[in-house]
Amino acid sequence: MSAVAPVMDALDRRIINALQGGFPLSDTPYQDVAEGLGIDEATVLARLQRLLDTGVLTRFGPMFQIERLGGRFVLAAQAVPEARFEAVTALVNAFPEVAHNYRRTHRLNMWFVLATETPEAIDDVIRRIEAVTGLPVFAFPKRREFFVDMRLQA
Amino acid sequence: MTTRPSDDLDRRLVLATQAGLPLVPRPYDVLAEQLGISPGEVRARLADMLDNGRIRRIGAVPNHYALGYTANGMSVWDVPDERIVELGEAVGRLPGVTHCYERPRALPDWPYNLFAMVHGKDRESVLAQVEEIATLLGSACRGRDVLFSTAILKKTGLRIG
Repeated sequence: MSAVAPVMDALDRRIINALQGGFPLSDTPYQDVAEGLGIDEATVLARLQRLLDTGVLTRFGPMFQIERLGGRFVLAAQAVPEARFEAVTALVNAFPEVAHNYRRTHRLNMWFVLATETPEAIDDVIRRIEAVTGLPVFAFPKRREFFVDMRLQA
Repeated sequence: MTTRPSDDLDRRLVLATQAGLPLVPRPYDVLAEQLGISPGEVRARLADMLDNGRIRRIGAVPNHYALGYTANGMSVWDVPDERIVELGEAVGRLPGVTHCYERPRALPDWPYNLFAMVHGKDRESVLAQVEEIATLLGSACRGRDVLFSTAILKKTGLRIG
């Protein structure tokens, strides 16, 4: 389990909940968000910076749907021997195409999302990951998307 | 909706913001300067990309562990291909399901074709939600599993170069 236990107060939670979507496309968007929360702009900016620095937020910005831009996301998995888990994690994570990577409870114990600018690049990065790790990659490209909403209440 | 083809400005906006939006009072002005266009053009293009789904949303991406959602179960199901749309849509509507996709099987290692991600504050609540999915699927479920995440190994998001 990740050792993330930062101290968050009620205002942090309000800021996170207010910022999970619909960020204003105005001249001074942080000021607009601050007004909605009844605080000042400097506080929003300072809190956001701290939430990013402490890892409570992994990112703040646009979430791109690379497929609509001509690219591809593919979920992939490997069965990594326990003794090699750390080494293989480092090898896999070194690929910029690996957007997320999770350890999971299964024989297929490493699950990562590959993001590439073109559909063809996926096969190439899979081959390269297989080559450096010496382990097969199982690819699970999405066939249909039924629902996506990643927002979680803070 | 007439969809214009994705162009170089889309790509340059991805490059300029994939690590994050500038944390300054006028973030779109900073992007405008970097891209050599006006702030109005930056905002118009972002609005356009939101409209056509090239951007899902602009906002904060929390580390769900840090928010207390320490249980993250990828529930996977083997259901008949001919019923996948009906069943996938129904599962996607259940509360607590954050993503729901059809993906290919990888036989014989992997018999599952329906993936539904469930987040919760503990494994019990995730398993309770997984049981709701099982109830909904009924006899259409021919096999199932839940893979809990035990560590986030990387979470940078998309990075193109």
